[in-house]
Amino acid sequence: MGGGLVEWLKAALLEVQEYVGMLSLTARGIVSRPFYYRDVVQQFDAIGVGSLTVVLLTGLFTGMVLALQSGTTLDAFGARSMVGRLVSASIVKELGPVLTGLMVAGRVGSGIAAELGSMMVTDQIAALRALGTDPIRKLVVPRVLAGLVMVPVLTVIASAVGIVGGWIVTVFVLRVASSVYWNSVVEGLYIQDVWMGLIKPFFLGFAIVSIGCHVGLRTTGGTQGVGRATTNAVVASSVAVIAVDYFVTQLLIVLIY
Amino acid sequence: MAVVHPAPRSALLEEALGPGGPIIVFDHVQLAFDDKIILRDVSFTLKTGHTKIFLGASGAGKSTILRLILGLLKPDGGQIFVNGERVDDMSEDNLMAVRGDLGMVFQEGALFDSLSVRENVGYKLDEELNWVRSDADARVQEVLGFVGLGEFIDRRPSELSGGQRRRVAIARAMAAKPRILLYDEPTTGLDPITAVTVDEEIIKLRDLEGVSSILVTHQLRDAFFVAEHTAVRQGQDIEFPKASPEKCQEAEFIMLRDGLIAFEGNAGELRNAAQTDAYIEAFLS
Ligand SMILES: Nc1ncnc2c1ncn2[C@@H]1O[C@H](COP(=O)(O)OP(=O)(O)OP(=O)(O)O)[C@@H](O)[C@H]1O
Ligand SMILES: [Mg+2]
Repeated sequence: MGGGLVEWLKAALLEVQEYVGMLSLTARGIVSRPFYYRDVVQQFDAIGVGSLTVVLLTGLFTGMVLALQSGTTLDAFGARSMVGRLVSASIVKELGPVLTGLMVAGRVGSGIAAELGSMMVTDQIAALRALGTDPIRKLVVPRVLAGLVMVPVLTVIASAVGIVGGWIVTVFVLRVASSVYWNSVVEGLYIQDVWMGLIKPFFLGFAIVSIGCHVGLRTTGGTQGVGRATTNAVVASSVAVIAVDYFVTQLLIVLIY
Repeated sequence: MAVVHPAPRSALLEEALGPGGPIIVFDHVQLAFDDKIILRDVSFTLKTGHTKIFLGASGAGKSTILRLILGLLKPDGGQIFVNGERVDDMSEDNLMAVRGDLGMVFQEGALFDSLSVRENVGYKLDEELNWVRSDADARVQEVLGFVGLGEFIDRRPSELSGGQRRRVAIARAMAAKPRILLYDEPTTGLDPITAVTVDEEIIKLRDLEGVSSILVTHQLRDAFFVAEHTAVRQGQDIEFPKASPEKCQEAEFIMLRDGLIAFEGNAGELRNAAQTDAYIEAFLS
């Protein structure tokens, strides 16, 4: 029993050590040559443009349901006109970044782990190295850069669409005047909230993509292993989104509020 | 990180590693995965322009030896020299330069699924050596012609048969004209006719281009064919007559068994050993 725990701790420490090792190689890969521009462009497209639909839908419906729920709650206080405030504050600060993060974790985190994992078990990663290419530079750096840039962009889009969704429900279902909604939206937003909504997704995007790459590059055990890696990547990056969100929120509250 | 292709050599080293020089050296190499010992004590030397043919049961460690040469794996003990450089303790960055002179045909081909045949074969030329597009295209056409797959240039690997994939892998390994080629079971699963064209390609690269080669195979027919034939240019054509006895000395067989070299010698010696050694006899029959 005790032996099992020690083994588990050892394995966990080794995993963390390898993850940190990969991150430092990635950092070096970002600032030094060779740099694979074409792969970077391709990943911006795959991760950013490819996730647009799912993020748009998530944002829209989240904003709509938020307006609906807060509408009924606020009615109890006769404060239906404050719907915009609630929608904008919760979407921009919290739901936009987290839900975008979770969606991207499901779509991109798993995709990266599956792709790199199957390259691993079919020796394509070994072949890359044999041909003189560093897989970190060729595969990890472009994905990490795309995650760092595109997750914030997707978050801004999700939040904006969410606020529009809130507007649709507020005007057409709750029958509140459009101008009342927009005034309330603006009132509910403090500049710190906007910063928080912009800063958090960098961390989330980085966590999702780097975990996907790490899990993918550690895949062993044939096609079964690829399946396991894909599942692990989704679970790990989804949990990471929630956890990183908490810690970064805590940090930003100390720093900017 | 500077990527140098091929590895630059001083004039002295160039001479030392010239024909007959030691281009790959294993010295008391040991390797274990977890508790399982794969290589107990392996030493051999491949001379420039020569061929080593590795035989051994499945799991004997043949592919592992090729990975050690490429620096994809590190040994637990012993030393490995490739092209005059010690690779067993070399950093990944420095290994990239050594790999510039190595071509590897992986056991399952290991073609990049997401790239076309053209992009697979030209990968190193396009991505690492930054060849001009037209030069790279010409070279890709040329090597695909060697393996008889010129018309498949725009296909994806998933649209090829197993044997075609193997031949694309050979084309990819030779595209950048490495001085050393490592073949991991290049003819396994091929029909006899296609296998012979692959064998002839290996012979051609060795005898006409001076490439040093290591061939891992279970197909004894192909092993002996490569060991006992030579390539000569006859005007436009290339012919593959039987090699002279001296030339046959340049191809040596190594039989791996239980992490050790159980036999090392040329084709004739291998046939003789089969008379006395039951294991080798079982292997050859
Ligand atoms: N990454 C690894 N982790 C653990 N064991 C490994 C690993 N790679 C190879 N092995 C083991 O090492 C041994 C040698 O493998 P290797 O691939 O070199 O065999 P081989 O001689 O090429 O066999 P085959 O003829 O079947 O290709 C095998 O028993 C294999 O299970
Ligand atoms: Mg093998």
